[in-house]
Amino acid sequence: MDLKTLTFLTVGFSFALYIGIAFASRARSTGDFYVAGAGVHPVANGMATAADWMSAASFISMAGLIAFLGYGGSVYLMGWTGGYVLLALLLAPYLRKYGRFTVPEFIGERYYSNAARTVAVICLIFVSFTYVAGQMRGVGIVFSRFLEVPIHVGLVIGMGVVFIYAVLGGMKGITYTQVAQYCVLIFAYTVPAVFIALQISGNPVPQLGLGSQIAGESAFLLDRLDAIVTDLGFRAYTEGDKSTIDMFAITLALMVGTAGLPHVIVRFFTVPRVADARRSAGWALLFIAVLYTTAPAVGAMARYNLLNTLQPGTVGAADGNLAYADRPRWFRTWEETGLLRFEDRNHDGRIQYYDDRNESFRARAESYGWRGNELHVDQDIMVLANPEIAGLPTWVIALVAAGGIAAALSTAAGLLLVISAAFSHDLLKGIIAPGISDREELMAGRIAAAFAILMAGYLGWNPPGFVAQVVAFAFGLAAASLFPAILMGIFSQRVNKQGAIAGMLTGLSFTFGYIIVYKGVFFAPLRENIAANWLFGISPEGIGVVGMLLNFAVAIAVSAATDPPPAQVRALVREIRYPRGAPRAAEEH
Amino acid sequence: MPEPRERDNLTAYWRANLRLVGWCLGAWFAVSFGCGILLVDLLNRIPLFGFKLGFWFAQQGSIFAFLILIFFYAWRMNILDRRYGVSEEAGDGGP
Repeated sequence: MDLKTLTFLTVGFSFALYIGIAFASRARSTGDFYVAGAGVHPVANGMATAADWMSAASFISMAGLIAFLGYGGSVYLMGWTGGYVLLALLLAPYLRKYGRFTVPEFIGERYYSNAARTVAVICLIFVSFTYVAGQMRGVGIVFSRFLEVPIHVGLVIGMGVVFIYAVLGGMKGITYTQVAQYCVLIFAYTVPAVFIALQISGNPVPQLGLGSQIAGESAFLLDRLDAIVTDLGFRAYTEGDKSTIDMFAITLALMVGTAGLPHVIVRFFTVPRVADARRSAGWALLFIAVLYTTAPAVGAMARYNLLNTLQPGTVGAADGNLAYADRPRWFRTWEETGLLRFEDRNHDGRIQYYDDRNESFRARAESYGWRGNELHVDQDIMVLANPEIAGLPTWVIALVAAGGIAAALSTAAGLLLVISAAFSHDLLKGIIAPGISDREELMAGRIAAAFAILMAGYLGWNPPGFVAQVVAFAFGLAAASLFPAILMGIFSQRVNKQGAIAGMLTGLSFTFGYIIVYKGVFFAPLRENIAANWLFGISPEGIGVVGMLLNFAVAIAVSAATDPPPAQVRALVREIRYPRGAPRAAEEH
Repeated sequence: MPEPRERDNLTAYWRANLRLVGWCLGAWFAVSFGCGILLVDLLNRIPLFGFKLGFWFAQQGSIFAFLILIFFYAWRMNILDRRYGVSEEAGDGGP
């Protein structure tokens, strides 16, 4: 069977599975729709959280980023896992004790104001739509490469599937589909990794293979990789080119952002008890760690395989580089997508791939007769092309396609749900029309979910840059706006309405403004995005940390200058600190 | 409004929790920002199988440490909940 048929079958089967699960677990009440009736087992919730959390950025982009950034890619590994420690220690158990449906609902009640709730909804929508845009680009890439349908057709199919199970099943449907999606994506990620680790290091465990010797040689993989990349003028793989302060800021922004992402937080509203919320964060991280500790091995091995393919002979020898006419099949198929581009600058018919921005390497490259780097490799293709580069069987490649789609869809569905809950529960039921019935609110939630899917589809139709980069901004925004408000809401009895609102607005607008200035999402950047121009040497990816500090400072200063919160709010803060008396599953609705 | 003794008990519980959180966050910072970023050049001089130690912390070690930390915290908190009588199973006041 050829790859295309196999991929169609695999992806089609996975879609049928998701829709089947959604029908079996339809939402019957708003409690089901928003928090799955707060009756999800902590291990199942951990798995669903892992799928919800690991997006197209984790599955498709991250290993590719690590492959090209080496040590610098560690910011994603630490940043996207360390946030769970913050979540388990600082937020999840208390929000579970509070025991309602949404993040803005907590902020609205804790800061006793609908204005605070509305600001939280605005922050949530900023964060979630930025994030959804990244997912849609991921779906587009997978569909266009593996199913060879136009990106737009793939997008519509993906939207249709999410529509069915998110609108119908709400949180309950999403939770159990995410459990299935986790299984699909983790299987799809680890199988090729095991094969490749076995090929390169002779060790089937990728985590160990990364630290092993290359099969049949005495050299360690990482040492060899360092030697290969420095021979081509790149930075050594185990050393990064990010400054220490930027590494620090990006890692912290991603960690804090993780803990402040509404679609992740709300998952901890679905478990039965406070103790389960703490434990469930551990389970979620365990399931995530399976992928996150495999990714650095995948990245290093993909880089090793790629460079060995492009530079089979001695660096500098006339026949040391791969001849373009001899390029392998995966090279041709990825060229068609435009994500891999070759330009023969020195007209020798061979591919020279090296770092032509490295000043100290320039003279040597010229002495080899090289006239600049000739190959553009989009980092998003590394995971998807990896099985082909390693020459793995076609069913593995089909599996990777299904896994990539599972990762993107599970995250998109979780995001769409928090967006719809923000509209139907926070804006409609909470502020505009408090009198509506449970049934009407459920209907409004479904309509809002459908509307959010259309919006996400629009973003997928006009996709912004790299998946992981776009997603990284969502973290900065979450870190600067929602996280401080929730944290202070739990750990301080003194921070009041005025402080929280001023803090959130400051954090959000500062971070958003900084990103716009250097990235110019909607227009040409106002300042060139280079280290010399950055504030304190912190890149737009890491600026959320400064936004967060501003948020804390403004909130505390404004609160100190205004009246303390009323007595019943201070009682609420004390109340959520003790597990005893948490509302149980049966009492929701 | 809880009685004074009960209030002292709850305050003590909250202090114990904050202490535990403080220690855990210290460890969280040390393995990631400490070993993985600030001290990475120093630790990279130490080999661990085929890894440089600092690089290993940044790409794998910190993640394992995070996992251990969360389960450790959940375990210790269950003990604290029972010791101070504030767990969900402790019936007074709750449903």
